Amino acid sequence: MNAILDALALTGRAVIGAFRATGRLALFALSGLSHLLRPPFYGRMFLRAFVEIAYFSLPVVALTAVFTGMVLALQSATGLSRFSIESAVASLVVLSVTRELGPVLAGLMVAGRVGAAMAAELGTMRVTDQIDALATLSTNPMKYLVAPRLLAGIIALPLLVVVADLLGVLGGFIIATLKLGFNPGIYLANTVDFVQTGDVVSGLVKAAVFGFLIVLMGCYHGYNSRGGAQGVGSATTSAVVAASVLILAFDYVLTELFFAR
Amino acid sequence: MPDLATPKIRLRGLTKRFGDKQVLDGIDLDVMPQTSMVVIGGSGSGKSVLIKCILGLIEPDEGAIEIDGQDVLKLDRRGREAAAARIGMLFQNGALFDSLPVWENVAFGLLARHKASRAEARARAGDILAQVGLAASVGELSPSELSGGMQKRVGLARAIAARPDILFFDEPTTGLDPIMGAVIDGLIVDCVKKLGSTAIAITHDMASARRIGDRAAMIHKGRIIWEGAAADLMDSGNPMVDQFTHGRREGPIEMELRK
Repeated sequence: MNAILDALALTGRAVIGAFRATGRLALFALSGLSHLLRPPFYGRMFLRAFVEIAYFSLPVVALTAVFTGMVLALQSATGLSRFSIESAVASLVVLSVTRELGPVLAGLMVAGRVGAAMAAELGTMRVTDQIDALATLSTNPMKYLVAPRLLAGIIALPLLVVVADLLGVLGGFIIATLKLGFNPGIYLANTVDFVQTGDVVSGLVKAAVFGFLIVLMGCYHGYNSRGGAQGVGSATTSAVVAASVLILAFDYVLTELFFAR
Repeated sequence: MPDLATPKIRLRGLTKRFGDKQVLDGIDLDVMPQTSMVVIGGSGSGKSVLIKCILGLIEPDEGAIEIDGQDVLKLDRRGREAAAARIGMLFQNGALFDSLPVWENVAFGLLARHKASRAEARARAGDILAQVGLAASVGELSPSELSGGMQKRVGLARAIAARPDILFFDEPTTGLDPIMGAVIDGLIVDCVKKLGSTAIAITHDMASARRIGDRAAMIHKGRIIWEGAAADLMDSGNPMVDQFTHGRREGPIEMELRK
């Protein structure tokens, strides 16, 4: 009987803990977003975060996109040849990249690079009292540290995904024309004919949501880190893992919203 | 003329509990205007939590925190922000913003509060750095390029930059050699006197406590167990204070090695 009660108590505590953590995260997100609407605004902090996310993530996102496009063309050509519909390679590449792989892979790359860096920076600021120091200098830490980063994430990710879309298609084009023998003009015509505005826009909306999630996780775990270097380390890990899982989960939810009939 | 008869800071029944640990257990303390109060006590006795409660960084469970007779816990958000803006704080490790150059650290509060232009704030930062014995050229350095003593000076410069009427010092001499500790203490005393501020310092350093403080109080297990003149610290007549100030192993204070 006691074992059953213990198990129930354990389950109850876990459920309550999960709700509590979700509530804390939701309040943190709402607080960060609300500061975007109320002055003062910290333009320099926004620019710094924007450059960090958009500009410095460009190489890794670009490389990922090119190679993904190349692999996609190669794989789809061999796969589609079984059904004698190799001509669908161009459409498959462009739809896969714009709808799915562009935003998801860019999101995962940025989560690893930027989410970790934000968690480490804010975590270090927390354990060295810099966040408390901000508060003593008439500066709301949420407004100064979190809100500009959230805005930068929401704007920067879609821009990165535009680049990823173009380079992903370029990667597919290179393999299709140079290795698989496709006619360049026909390949490009197929690409343009099959892609619709909705495909690109859905990818960009996903990117904006992923950008928000990456920054939210980085800031939340860093801001609430405790316990010195080890605490900062686990905040960084948690930020990347949580952002990656949330990107994949929200990818499904958004795909369901956009494309499910 | 400032009212020198009313306590600048008045704490009554301040309590704070973290989980099952009672950190502050009914703190009563008066700090008179333009005086320096030194709070001593062992590690984990609640000194830092006390200061963070007054600063508004931690919400106490019960009690009153009056500044100039006004209970700040009853103020709305704007009122509390206004009260906090009158307080300058020197953190134990400096807590300098390592992403900003030294001058911007010093001028941070000026930029945030007074909407000074960056050029004005930069020039003012140079003046304030001079007050703590640093050349204006130090302003161009990054905090990571400074020694521990210089970081404390920059932290002090940042704390006094907005000319606050209340100053808090958290372990101002920790990590410094005795000479640099004395230099920092001297700067603190000069700054407090020049600004006419009221100060609270928490420290383990008895030499520092006697140099900085006019009054002293000892906190133990979340309660003030002694209060008197800082000059009497080494000969207070209170067995707990005497054990602490003389660093005796034997006495009424038992070290909690594990809890």
